[in-house]
Amino acid sequence: MNKILSPRETLGATRRDLVVGATLVGGALLVGCGPADLLSVGAKENFGAFGPFIKIGADGAVTVISKHIEFGQGNHAGLAAIVAEELDADWTKVKVEQAPAIAKVYANTGMGVQGTGGSSAISNSWTQLRQAGAGAKAMFVEAAANKWNAPVGEITVKDSVVSHAKSGKSATFAQLLPEAGKVTPPKTPTLKDPKTFTLIGTDRVRRKDSQAKSDGTARFTQDVQMPDMLTAMVAHPPRFGAKVASFDAAEARKVPGVVEVYQIPTGVAVVAENTWAARKGREALKVTWDESGAEKVSSDKLAANYRQWAAGKGTLPEKTPWQPFETKGDAAKKVEGTIFETSYDFPFLAHAAMEPMNCVAQVGVGKAKLTFGSQIPTVDQLNTAKIVGMLPGAVEIETLFAGGSFGRRANFQSDYVAECVEIAKKVGKMRPVKLVWTREDDMTAGYFRPLTHHALKITLDKEGYPLAWRHRIVTQTLMKGSPIPAKGLDETTVEGAKGSPYLKATPVVDAQALLPDLGVPVLWWRSVGATHTAFVMEHTIDQLARKAGKDPVAYRRALYEKAGATRHLAVLNLAAEKAGWDQPAPAGWSRGVAVHESFGTLVAQVAEVQLVDGQPKVGRVVTAVECGTPISPDQIAAQMEGGICYGLSAALFGQVTLKDGVVEQTNFDTYRVLRNSEAPTVETYIVPSGNAPSGIGEPGTPVIAPAVANALLALNGQATTSLPFVKA
Amino acid sequence: MAMTLDVNGKPLAVKAAPDTPLLWVLRDELRLTGTKYGCGIAQCGACTVLVDGQPVRSCATPIEGLAGLKITTIESLGGAHPLQQAWVKNDVPQCGYCQSGQIMSAAALLAAKPHPTDADIDAAMDGNICRCGAYQRIRAAIKEAAGMAPATVATPAAPAKV
Repeated sequence: MNKILSPRETLGATRRDLVVGATLVGGALLVGCGPADLLSVGAKENFGAFGPFIKIGADGAVTVISKHIEFGQGNHAGLAAIVAEELDADWTKVKVEQAPAIAKVYANTGMGVQGTGGSSAISNSWTQLRQAGAGAKAMFVEAAANKWNAPVGEITVKDSVVSHAKSGKSATFAQLLPEAGKVTPPKTPTLKDPKTFTLIGTDRVRRKDSQAKSDGTARFTQDVQMPDMLTAMVAHPPRFGAKVASFDAAEARKVPGVVEVYQIPTGVAVVAENTWAARKGREALKVTWDESGAEKVSSDKLAANYRQWAAGKGTLPEKTPWQPFETKGDAAKKVEGTIFETSYDFPFLAHAAMEPMNCVAQVGVGKAKLTFGSQIPTVDQLNTAKIVGMLPGAVEIETLFAGGSFGRRANFQSDYVAECVEIAKKVGKMRPVKLVWTREDDMTAGYFRPLTHHALKITLDKEGYPLAWRHRIVTQTLMKGSPIPAKGLDETTVEGAKGSPYLKATPVVDAQALLPDLGVPVLWWRSVGATHTAFVMEHTIDQLARKAGKDPVAYRRALYEKAGATRHLAVLNLAAEKAGWDQPAPAGWSRGVAVHESFGTLVAQVAEVQLVDGQPKVGRVVTAVECGTPISPDQIAAQMEGGICYGLSAALFGQVTLKDGVVEQTNFDTYRVLRNSEAPTVETYIVPSGNAPSGIGEPGTPVIAPAVANALLALNGQATTSLPFVKA
Repeated sequence: MAMTLDVNGKPLAVKAAPDTPLLWVLRDELRLTGTKYGCGIAQCGACTVLVDGQPVRSCATPIEGLAGLKITTIESLGGAHPLQQAWVKNDVPQCGYCQSGQIMSAAALLAAKPHPTDADIDAAMDGNICRCGAYQRIRAAIKEAAGMAPATVATPAAPAKV
């Protein structure tokens, strides 16, 4: 690798170096050098005796270094527990610290770059951190064995204390630290038999950040204060793709506290001594926009086009073919049976994390540092490096807590990060610039869950089970701008329909997707493809069950058995049992069930719903989850509770609309979200499993909308063909 | 131009213009960053502080009317307030960004109604958005801090080993 990049590995790389570096990313794979290595050139690496994931202080306190950002899903607790389990550290004293950005050390083992997403924090770290913990433990054991002249096999460790029962000797991690630090770590440390776990899977695994997040001391990007720091706000165009034509900053410059006004690629930036001055300065700007390249689509028109195309009418956009994602049997051959047809419309959705997007950047000569909630540090490094002309690995990132993301902080363009870096580059001299987006900036900036349409035609046998399944999905690709373009179909647009046990149980399948290009930026939104596919599959299945005169749980069971979907069956059975499915619903309530797999995890939910003033009110939700080996049952429950609220909020109210390209929702007054009195009471039950852990941050989200729709179907026989339930 | 604000029991001179919302004075000038910005239009409650004991959305409250009034922020609760203890015990926070505002709204509620009903909690807490959806635990923690029966739904016991 060094040979490839030779002779220069200094921080002062030129743009050309970067182009060369970026070109080499592909080529380097051929010579056995991963992109993560290349993207890490220039990074400072300085780890202690126990490697990049564990620090042990002179007081014996264990600090676990997390390569993943914590923005709510509790991964810091889970990651720390994995290390503490194998190390037999005193869990009550374990702390968590955020790793710097060094892709070759801290890459997500499933992504190849450093990043958090796809509910993978625990699953991709599972073996890596078990080995780190077990390796560190082996070092203490060997140090003690040498010191006490005892066989390694007789040394035990518990709660950060190393003991030798026969001699009665014991020592704390602190006492053994000098010797343990000198032991060569084992190459393949012996991992525990999971049956002997004493921490993982217990209620002792609780969050480490609750105190700081309850007393106001937890540090978010918004809270960063540095000497001489400037605060920036940017006037953005009203439409995607518009550019600055001209601007007049005379009035803005008169606002007390405004320091400078700059034109940057995304608009006009006002840089000020504080947030309010930046805001007032921005209000005083006069900007004329060049809208020649602007996207002027309206969402109702777009939805109409999607419906037409899915129905085989109208002219398809250029270079936009239908792409098959599941094909089985002879779709052209006529299948005898009853036909069921339906279609569904889903709107654009905003992530609307509590902390609007923001970033702190410092740019100097050959130096750049970002301090913020970075979800995919490697991509943020790459995009920063392009702007400032450095090697990506040399861009330093200090990752902070983020006030939610739900996917928003991870995009190939690093949109708000790049904007901040552009401003910091103008300011220069490593002077810190904090870019603050208002809620309005955040909500109108795009990167929405795409507007999506599904059309289905299902042929049913005499028993009411599917014989043939025709499925058409129209949506935007989420991979636009990816440095590694998808080969073939973007799977994130169809996941959940693709791979469904219902399709597996159907002899003839013709499922295709159409991904028209559009100037509206879209992005993954908590649970990604499942945000729409789970609804379509689960609500359709309930309608089919009803049509067949069968109980929705029994109907699903029959299909799962046919498909060999044993994990689906397990969560369905547990949820049905705990919800009392075989008993009538409580008076005044209607019940609906839904089951979906995402990110390797199975979730079943039974929702109790009533209509209050024509609006669904969700009471109790019984949820069963199978996510492999559970690390923290309490945080699994928390993610089910939170994921359900996030999904329910969108299902009830979530809708971004565009009128002639302008986003019509700007803040929480027009983009309604779920509030406390509207939140259901969630009960979580975990299906035991000895498999490796799978995701938990997202799988609870997509199941609630179909469960509610199915409860409404049971209540009044009405199918739900578009979301949200409550139209504005 | 300078005015004095009574923040957490201390008179503090501030330089900000009178039309500046209290939120930005607290955060940018007084460096009390526990109070968060979420929407700027009094819709989300992340910026909630108490003014003479009443919950106020500081993002939409200019400082000009606040002279002589007692302003209380999350920093004044000290970290071991019964609500904060209940928050930690129940692991209420997820991303945590809204929680200062949630706790300040809950503090005002308990000061007015030491044993709130669910309807009281609805009324007091519906102005505070939590996008992570920690609502169920917020409700449970308020009840616990009030010394009331814990929520009906306990977190699940650890699943059986396989």
